[in-house]
Amino acid sequence: MTGFFTSVDEVAARLADAGYLASNAVATTVFLADRLGKPLLVEGPAGVGKTELAKAVAQVTGSRLVRLQCYEGVDESRALYEWNHAKQLLRITAGRDETWDQARTDIFSEEFLLARPLLTAIRGDEPTVLLIDETDKADVEVEGLLLEVLGDFQVTVPELGTITATQRPFAVLTSNATRELSEALRRRCLFLHIDFPDEDLEKRIVLARVPGIDETLATSIVRVINALRAMELRKSPSVAETIDWARTLLELGAESLNEELVRDSLGVILKHQEDMVKAGQRLELDKL
Amino acid sequence: MSVSDRLTEFVQALRAKGIQAGPGETIDAAAALEVLGFDDRERTREGLAACLIRRDGQRAVFDSTFDLFFPLGVGIPEQARHEQPTLDELNDRLVAALAFDDEEQLLQLAGLAVDAFGQYGQGGSGSSGYSAHQTLDRVQPQTLLVRILAAMQAQAGFTERLDRDEVRRRIERFRELVRGEALRRVAELRGRERLARTAVPPTPDQLDFLQAGRTQVAEMRRMVQPLARKLATRLAARRRRAARGQIDLRRTLRRSLSTGGVPMTPVFRRHRPGRPEIVLLCDMSGSVASFANFTMLLVQALRDQFSKVRVFAFVDGMDEVTHLVTNGVADPAALGARILSEASIIRWDGHSDYGRSIDEFADRYPDVIGPKTSVVILGDARNNNGDPRLAVLAHILAPARRAFWLNPERRDLWNTDDSAAHDYAQVVEMHECRNARQLGVLVSRLIPV
Repeated sequence: MTGFFTSVDEVAARLADAGYLASNAVATTVFLADRLGKPLLVEGPAGVGKTELAKAVAQVTGSRLVRLQCYEGVDESRALYEWNHAKQLLRITAGRDETWDQARTDIFSEEFLLARPLLTAIRGDEPTVLLIDETDKADVEVEGLLLEVLGDFQVTVPELGTITATQRPFAVLTSNATRELSEALRRRCLFLHIDFPDEDLEKRIVLARVPGIDETLATSIVRVINALRAMELRKSPSVAETIDWARTLLELGAESLNEELVRDSLGVILKHQEDMVKAGQRLELDKL
Repeated sequence: MSVSDRLTEFVQALRAKGIQAGPGETIDAAAALEVLGFDDRERTREGLAACLIRRDGQRAVFDSTFDLFFPLGVGIPEQARHEQPTLDELNDRLVAALAFDDEEQLLQLAGLAVDAFGQYGQGGSGSSGYSAHQTLDRVQPQTLLVRILAAMQAQAGFTERLDRDEVRRRIERFRELVRGEALRRVAELRGRERLARTAVPPTPDQLDFLQAGRTQVAEMRRMVQPLARKLATRLAARRRRAARGQIDLRRTLRRSLSTGGVPMTPVFRRHRPGRPEIVLLCDMSGSVASFANFTMLLVQALRDQFSKVRVFAFVDGMDEVTHLVTNGVADPAALGARILSEASIIRWDGHSDYGRSIDEFADRYPDVIGPKTSVVILGDARNNNGDPRLAVLAHILAPARRAFWLNPERRDLWNTDDSAAHDYAQVVEMHECRNARQLGVLVSRLIPV
């Protein structure tokens, strides 16, 4: 266990202080991940605050945030560690008169090891939050690398031996589910699906993130967004878009919603022409 | 019954529903229960969910099983012991609760409603129980819409137009509560395990196309986009791995820098993926239509993977509907109805007639299928004992690169009654395709590396 929190309520309260309003599910699961010392796999649509969650946990616990951004083709040398070949070559040329044994033991020491995010997170003594972002973008082979790190919080470097974490990092993996993650990886994690927040929570998020907005306007905004989400759109508006829209409306000096305003600013929340046409019909924006 | 017994039974029930939770997960769940306790039911639910589920689609199954095994109360709900409201009283209170979206109160009312109006049979005998259907039939919450709107005293303004839909969603929520409550009461009479097996619906990707209800069809439709995205990623990965042939000199040299300038691992040039043309022939009659609809949407969502998509629909006549499917992405719900009304696919009596449709296809669209085309036929091959026209079909499909027939019926039902499945299987490769998961696997096989 990492031992950051003592109760679910504390998780919710401290995350709220950092500006992250957590739902019951989020607070409970973060608490469990902390208590059971297991990595947390967070899935959900884009823009619901998966990455934010890891940042907020790091912020409230005063931990160092180590981030591994996954992408297609990320490999061992980018994620785990790499030998500093150039430096090793320099070392060999510098010690020309050495015997082979001296040189060999020397160039595979910690000095020539370049730690990448996963190793960095394991090696530190301070409390750490390890964020593995967009895990689904990485290739399947990389998941194999993660298993040792996430299962036992250790890294094996053949030339050096096994490095075990003295201070277990609080690990968060995010995924947009563009690819099924392997069963082995899922088994090692607690699973959290963050969905769009309920109306009440979303209203509080808007009020917290957009200072100066009127409460009735915020309520109307959230209600329209929820109505849009209930339609089958190609891309449902996410929380990030709700906030953007609230900011836009505030900039425009709106006090309440009307057809013209919504029609003109619909582009902030909907990103496809078909969606805009459909929303326009359903919300009766053409009615004068 | 001890907590650990209850938990293991719960996990057993989840496994029976296809949620693969092993002993490791059960231990985690027990640890979670120890940390969280039972003080807050919602937290217990979330904690167990975090330990036991592995993917998003499993949540609905988990929730309904959880409600059975960790019910909110036992026996007759607290309020129902004191009072026996009449239908009018109940409706008044329901209007108030729905108008102010009072979840707590709704839960109480669901308990009252099931207790007062849902009971059937003689108490104590084996045939008695509680029925959500009967409760909802008597209470008729949907008829309260106007009263609720009046009680809400909504301010006039832009958001007024949202009220109606919001209230509808709340009423739907109340219906769900009633269903859950009725299930809980029946579970007490009949035993949990038996009920968990029969009453909890399977995950959407395992839903049978032919047995899906209206809400389930909507649920499946929401799966189309994520499924398409997953398939596209998987195909892209497969293509990358299959890269062989010409060496990409620039990238090989760049990569050699980490091995001191010695090119140890050659990098190959990427292939341009072959993008096949695809032709769908869809039976749009009756129950098979929902399967055809789903597949059309999926293929349409995957259109980047194909150089050309053409869709034909038939019942007892064949017509091209490609334009309807393309323009219909914005509103998949009405797709089936639009095809039936705008395309001429019913010529005679509206019973499916594969033979006549195949004839018409050969007649009207002789040039559609060429050497680059993959053909997919969707249907249950129930031909109403007509002539299957096997020779014509074989002739049509002869130039095609590949041809598949996806049959949404269980394999052991093939060739029963008026099904000509085995006959058609002689001319075209036929696969059973009962749910979205099977469909995903089959579609990815369609696309060459």
